[in-house]
Amino acid sequence: MTGRRVDVGGAWIDRSRPIGFTFEGRELTGFEGDTLASALLANGVDVVCRSPILGRPRGIVSAGVEESSAFVQLSEPWFEPIVAVTMVNLVDGLVATGRPGVGVLPIDPLPTKPTVHRHAHVEFLVVGSGEGWHPTVGEAVQRGDRVLLVEREPRFAAASPDGVTVLTNATALGLYDDGYAVVDERGPERDTLWHVRAGRVILATGAHERPIAFADDDRPGVMLAGAVARYIRDFGVLPGQRAVIFTTNDSTREVAQTLTDAGAEIPFVADVRLGWAVAGTEGETHVEVVHLVGPQGERRAVEADLVAVSGGCNPAAQLFRAIGGGLRYDEPLATYVPDESGPDWLEVVGAAAGIGLPPCAAYWYTPAEDLSTHFVDLQRDQTVQDVLDAVGRGLRSVEHVKRATYIGTAIDQGRTSGVLTAEIVNAALGWELGAQGPTNARPPYVPVPFSVLAGMDRGPTLLDPKRTTPIHAAHVERGAVFENVGQWLRPRYFPEFEEDMESAVARECLALRTAAGVLDASTLGKIEVVGPDAAVFLDRMYTNRMSNLAVGSIRYGFMLGLDGMVFDDGVAMRLADDRYLVTTTTGGAAAVLDRFEEWLQTEWPELRVFCTSVTEQWAVVAVGGPGARDIVASLGTDVDLAAEALPWMTWRAGTVAGVPCRVCRVSFHGELSYELHVSSWHGRHVWDAVVAAGAVPYGTEAMHVLRAEKGYVIVGQETDGTVTPDDLGMGWIVNPAKGDFVGKRSLVRTDPLRMDRKQLVALLPHDPAALVVEGAQLVGSADLPKPPVPMLGHVTSSYRSTILGRTFALAMLKDGRAMHGGTVWAASNGATIACEVASAVVYDAEDRRRDG
Amino acid sequence: MLLVRCPWCGTRDEIEFRYGGQAGLTYPVDPEELSDEEWADYLFMRDNPKGPFRERWFHTAGCRRWFNAIRDTATHRFVATYRLDEEPPT
Repeated sequence: MTGRRVDVGGAWIDRSRPIGFTFEGRELTGFEGDTLASALLANGVDVVCRSPILGRPRGIVSAGVEESSAFVQLSEPWFEPIVAVTMVNLVDGLVATGRPGVGVLPIDPLPTKPTVHRHAHVEFLVVGSGEGWHPTVGEAVQRGDRVLLVEREPRFAAASPDGVTVLTNATALGLYDDGYAVVDERGPERDTLWHVRAGRVILATGAHERPIAFADDDRPGVMLAGAVARYIRDFGVLPGQRAVIFTTNDSTREVAQTLTDAGAEIPFVADVRLGWAVAGTEGETHVEVVHLVGPQGERRAVEADLVAVSGGCNPAAQLFRAIGGGLRYDEPLATYVPDESGPDWLEVVGAAAGIGLPPCAAYWYTPAEDLSTHFVDLQRDQTVQDVLDAVGRGLRSVEHVKRATYIGTAIDQGRTSGVLTAEIVNAALGWELGAQGPTNARPPYVPVPFSVLAGMDRGPTLLDPKRTTPIHAAHVERGAVFENVGQWLRPRYFPEFEEDMESAVARECLALRTAAGVLDASTLGKIEVVGPDAAVFLDRMYTNRMSNLAVGSIRYGFMLGLDGMVFDDGVAMRLADDRYLVTTTTGGAAAVLDRFEEWLQTEWPELRVFCTSVTEQWAVVAVGGPGARDIVASLGTDVDLAAEALPWMTWRAGTVAGVPCRVCRVSFHGELSYELHVSSWHGRHVWDAVVAAGAVPYGTEAMHVLRAEKGYVIVGQETDGTVTPDDLGMGWIVNPAKGDFVGKRSLVRTDPLRMDRKQLVALLPHDPAALVVEGAQLVGSADLPKPPVPMLGHVTSSYRSTILGRTFALAMLKDGRAMHGGTVWAASNGATIACEVASAVVYDAEDRRRDG
Repeated sequence: MLLVRCPWCGTRDEIEFRYGGQAGLTYPVDPEELSDEEWADYLFMRDNPKGPFRERWFHTAGCRRWFNAIRDTATHRFVATYRLDEEPPT
């Protein structure tokens, strides 16, 4: 192939505006309006990249989205790991290098083009600007309908009627239910991902020419015939000077005319309908000699630098098919065209529907002894022989052949290789033409960078909403290390000086156990349950009775799934006869509210109950430790903090530090505790006052250690949706006498009553410094036997306890309560750690510390 | 993305909703009266037809109300949506 710019053609380029770009370190020049492909051809570049498996030189075979051969990596103006040269609009300063097969991302992220997402709502979406959409759209515009046309090419071939909004460089990546389309519009400075909802969608996506396989058909200089004509017509580029035409149809007559008009010679036309075919090519880096075979098997060789191939045309019906449309084999066209199926909002017109395509002979490859260089899928380096080998191994479905050969899985998704492969398989099996069609191509229609899908939803602040408590600024000022808990940002620990996490957690735990600590517990889910039937309702939702809770009291409760497994936990505070505040786990708040509403609406609409999320309305400052009472008292309060006046699991309303407050005697650590519930507005004020009074701030990591020392479970850590209250040793929380509640019936099914269920225990490593790995499996011997190793349970939590001066863990262990005092081994990475099995409460089992 | 007609809010995108499984299953009056088999049948067994299917949907990001729908599982499309206190359209 010895391409050059010619004086004819060039409708898309502006010859007065040269553009400089770099390919493989060479500085080259193109024109405004060129694609990288046309500019490379104009500069005589034949080899763009090497093939990924065989390392064969590869050039440009198409002029569009069906390119299966020539790929580059772009480093300027924006990084793209791999893209077809036909899909790149030439811009000044563009830098490209050949890239075989698979794109590679750099280790250090490079800036990607900015992307925004936009939404459009239209009566009509036209995808592509092929033939056939004008009449319908003309009427629609007359009616005043909104019409959007998206065209993948930078220019719009035909004139669009007034009233049609046109996006160029815009590719529909996929069609989805009810006229929903996702369109990638690639701009020079910014990409836009459009989410389009259309009343009707018209597919005018045209057709793709398909190749014919022959020996060394991947040599640069072999090009689809339609692409040859397009390079001349639109870009003023003649891809070769002496062209052999290899065809099954009459569409190449026009190609031949275009070639001769541009000054090329045509030494031979191999028309399979006349018995002639191209047998193979020869040449150093590009085609120099073309071998031909005639009707009687006669051989000829001609000098040529271009083979223009047309095996016929395949309707570009990928989007139609991916949304549920079917294809049927059309014998005159020797290809697959959309059938009558598909959603009623979708219409396929023009070439995409098979209308106006050239009738052609059904001819897939030139027969030969050796089919090992008859390439079918260039980007996957797969040949006719590879397809036949797959069939020879017993594969019959094209879907299986695809997975055995990877044909159709490359960037072009089988746009040129699909029909070819299907018919080679059909023929090899002795099946008739069209017995099975090409594999289905799924969205996205063209490769789309993740940065485009992400849009602006990226980076530390925009990826996902961050929820922070009203006290957050204080934590930031104190230098807290944060962790994500769902969408919440919570302080994990508060390092002092150069402390690492282990030292900080040890210090924070010790402060809570021996003096006073304070935790920002504002993230607790909080739901007000209000109404005359609130008590009845909560009795049905929780395992224990909430209706006999006195106003001013608090009760811890479990909610179960209908299957009897622990779903969430929290406390219920009775605020008034008809009003409760229930708390949920930090992550479970939305699910619990959903569940309350589901049961109230769908099963018990007669109950007069409202549920309102008040998570964000209340800040919770949890003051704990032996010194907690003095600290709260020092803030100034009218609430009597004495244990007799405000016992464990009660609350009182009053004033603390000058602001209205609910003082609650609940804890998640077993020490004397006052949870101060105040309006969000006052959260920071109360926190600062508590810290000023000497309480040590602690984070979630210390909280985890402290609660585990007391055997308090975390739903979702100790539990995994297969754990009942009894498994946790908390059978006491289930009140079977109170009537029905969600999950009750399931607790007496056979499975929850099994004796060998996993039960919550503590593990004390024999070596008090050894820390077992969370998630480690528990086994019955120090040496691991040959697999399968019997699994006795698994570790759910594992920590260093400062107050005990040793490590400990919580675990779910088969029949664990019967194994207290026994030994199990926690296995991880081939090593085991011996542990004594103990009661789940390793500290203050008698609850002597909670009143101070 | 499906278009879903909430009986209260009108037609909205599917992402505003949550699917709630088969409709028309009623929580037993007294689960304790049921055998293990009957309870398991209520708990686990669901119809899985090809074609029209009565389903529950929840307008999570809208009015937060549950409603029922008849949807064709073969085409995904909604045949009808109706309030919980309405009879399914015939």
